[in-house]
Parts: sequence; C-alpha cells; structure tokens
Amino acid sequence: MINDTFDLRSAESHIEVHKFRTGAVAAATIFSLVVQALLPVYFPKADILDLPLLITIYFGLSRRNPSTGLLLGMVIGLLQDSLSKSPLGLYGIAKTIIGYTASSIGARLDTEHPAARFALTAVFFGLHQGVIVLIRRLLLAQPEAWFTARLGIAAGVNAIVAVFLFLLLDHLRKPS
Amino acid sequence: MVAIPSRHKSLVLLAGVVVVQVLFLAVQIKRVSQGRLIRSWTVGAISPFERTGAWGFGRVRSVWRHYFALQDASRENESLRRENSALKLQVEELRSKAGEADRLALLINFRQLNHNVPMLGARVIGASPDTASETIFLDRGEHDGIRRNMAVITPDGVVGKIIEAFQNSAQVLLLTDKDSGVGAMLADSRIQSPVGGTGEPLLVMKYVANDDTVNLGERVVTSGMDRIFPKDLPVGTVTEIKPGNPFKLIRVRPAANLERLEEVIVLLTLRPLEVHKEAEPSTSDAAEKTASGHSTTAKP
Repeated sequence: MINDTFDLRSAESHIEVHKFRTGAVAAATIFSLVVQALLPVYFPKADILDLPLLITIYFGLSRRNPSTGLLLGMVIGLLQDSLSKSPLGLYGIAKTIIGYTASSIGARLDTEHPAARFALTAVFFGLHQGVIVLIRRLLLAQPEAWFTARLGIAAGVNAIVAVFLFLLLDHLRKPS
Repeated sequence: MVAIPSRHKSLVLLAGVVVVQVLFLAVQIKRVSQGRLIRSWTVGAISPFERTGAWGFGRVRSVWRHYFALQDASRENESLRRENSALKLQVEELRSKAGEADRLALLINFRQLNHNVPMLGARVIGASPDTASETIFLDRGEHDGIRRNMAVITPDGVVGKIIEAFQNSAQVLLLTDKDSGVGAMLADSRIQSPVGGTGEPLLVMKYVANDDTVNLGERVVTSGMDRIFPKDLPVGTVTEIKPGNPFKLIRVRPAANLERLEEVIVLLTLRPLEVHKEAEPSTSDAAEKTASGHSTTAKP
C-alpha cells in the first residue's frame, strides 16, 4: 500500500505533510481564478474575496514545502496578474512570499484547527496586502493607503471563508 | 563554488524568484505599450472556463428563479419589470415628441444617427481578479472586430474602453478605475473637463474652476475631445460639489450601472465620432427631427 502521508523531519516533529489527488492543485487553482472572475459580475460585493490567495495559503500550509509553496504562489499570482490590468509580477511577488511563508509556518505548527486557520489567513491577508502596497509605492509610484476599514473587513471575511473552504479542500487529500 | 546549506535552499529560491519578478515588473514599466504574450495565453486559457461558468451560472440561476425560489413572485416581478421598461420607453417617446431633449432620446437615436458605425453587443463574462483595478472581460474579441481603445457603452451611458483585445474575448477598463478617464462636459453650462475614476463607485470631474457655476444634479456628458467616445453620451450626474484649490472637487455618479453590467455595446470604430449638431438634445429641433425620423450620418 502506498503511504502518501509521512512525518516531517522524522522524530523531531509529528506534523503531517499531506499529498493531494492528481490534478487537485491545478483544478483548485483554475477553479479559484474562474470563480474570482465570475462572482463579482453577479455579486459585486464578492470582490472582497481573494480566492487565489486562499488557495495559495491552503496548499502552502498543507504541503509544508517552502520551495513548492513559493513556486505555486508565484504561478497563481502571475495568473491573477494576467487576468487583471496589473503589471505582471505584482501579485506574483506577493503570492510567492505568501506561499513561502505559509509553507514555512506549516512545517513548524499544526495548522489543522479552524481557529489556527482563521488567524493565519487573516495575518496572511494583511501580509499579502502589505507587500502589494509596498510594491505599488516603491516600484510603480502608485501611492496607496496601507490600511483601510475595507481591508480590515476583507481580512475577516476571507478568514471566515477560508475556514470553510479549507474544510472542503481537505477532501482533496489522499487518504493517509 | 560555495555550497548553499540545504536548509537555506528554499530561502535562496524565494529570493531568486522574487528578484526575477521584480526585474520582470521593471521591464514592463518601461514597455507598457507593448502587448504581453503571457496575458494573451492566460486569458485564452481561462476565458473558455469563464464563458462556460457564465453560461452555467445563468442556467442555474434561471432554474433557481423559475422553479425553486418564489416561482410566481419571480415571474410577476419579471413581467412588471418588462412592463415598467415599456412604460419608461413610452414616457421617453412622449417627451421626445413634446420637444424635450434628454439623454435617452439621444441614445435611442444614436444608432440611427450613426447608422454607418458598426456596433456589437457583448456579454460580460468576468471581472478582474485584482481588487485594485476595475476591469471586466467580454465574450467578444478580435475575431468580432474589437480592437484596443474602442468605446464601450450601455443604453444608460458610458462604460469604459477596450484595453486589451484577445482572440475571443476583450478586457474593458471601466470608468471607475483609477487610470480611467473620459473627455466630458457639463450638459447645461457646456463647461469641459475630463472625468476620471478613483477606484470607488463615484467619478471625479477634475478641472472645473472655482468661479464656474455647477449645480447638483446637473448631467455630465461626453465632450468628444478624447476622440474615443462620441459627443453627448451620458457620463453621469453631479452628486457632490466642494470648493478646492485651484479647482472644484466635483463627484459624479456614473450614468451606467457599472457594478451590475451583464451586457454592453462596443462601438466598432477607432474613428472619432460626432453626433450631428442638428440632432443635439439641447435643442427642441433635435427632438422634433427625431420624432419625424430625421437622421444624419456620423462624421469620421
């Protein structure tokens, strides 16, 4: 029997590294981009969500490999850039950093509990936004506010959605 | 060669990937005018899913509305909406006959007046996944004759312009985007000033001097000076006026409902258009001529 779940760093830590069904990561990525593009057409308020970010965080936390986490973040970010009018690389850089950070944290902490997922998503949302604002200010000369009430609400909403979305995505894992 | 400790390899990879993307950004900033192949590929790959998703979404919504959720109320509502639309049209027709000029009358006549200007109806199949920009995707592209900088409107007013045309889809920069702008003027005083987006639902009219008189509720229409939008299309209505230095701060509510766009019209021409002066809405002659079926051609 193929055991697709194994312990990270053997006896040092008992945090599981999860593997996913074939095509799950690609399917989830495409699904998030399509839904992200479609939802605001029918529900304008839904533009507060950043589903590609949630996908980046989830697979980063679950796979716990910084290299694959940052590469997945880069791919998702660049795809998101390609579908927007932002310069290519804006979301790419932000999600690369999120993918790396999520994977690194996932390798050290147990991030399966909904409360942990909620808190981490809110923090990652803030970090993601911070990186974007930084790039806009430094590279693109686009002054943008570091924090607004809308961003605070968006962080909370995305964190709540993440708790339920991550539970759904857990079903894509290969059984241990 | 210095070996990188294995625990630092991912950190080095992170730095490498970020640096490459920063350089990539820098290259783009210098070459903003050039088309980007990756965009074309990504949009080409994603837009079929968006198209399918939009179709599926529409079907599911239709089934839900008509068979599950308040079947009678939904149908009655639709019927009343249709009736309401018909009555509104009737009112506009009566106004037109009475010699009153209004924006809808101009729009109804717009096609007649510009019968040599090809127009294309397009469906909105997606919005920008980037929360900082206000763009939408249409289900028509280069294949249908759409090109960059073509004007996009609805019967209510100006929507935006095409910023990217792909094979079977196109990206529209909405008026509300920070980088968007349209040559405009106040309908009554004919004071000209560009109107631009701020990333928020309201637009801003930028260069109206403090000495100029502007009234709340005054209509803002296109001036035609940007050579993209024809003259006298509705842009919006003045909702807020504040004195500023050196210009007034004027906020404008867009005439088109930019948050709920499902179908739009693309003007398939890159030539500057003008609505014939004799048919301008501020003159009663225009309405009379409209009522009597008079039409003129658009000037290139």
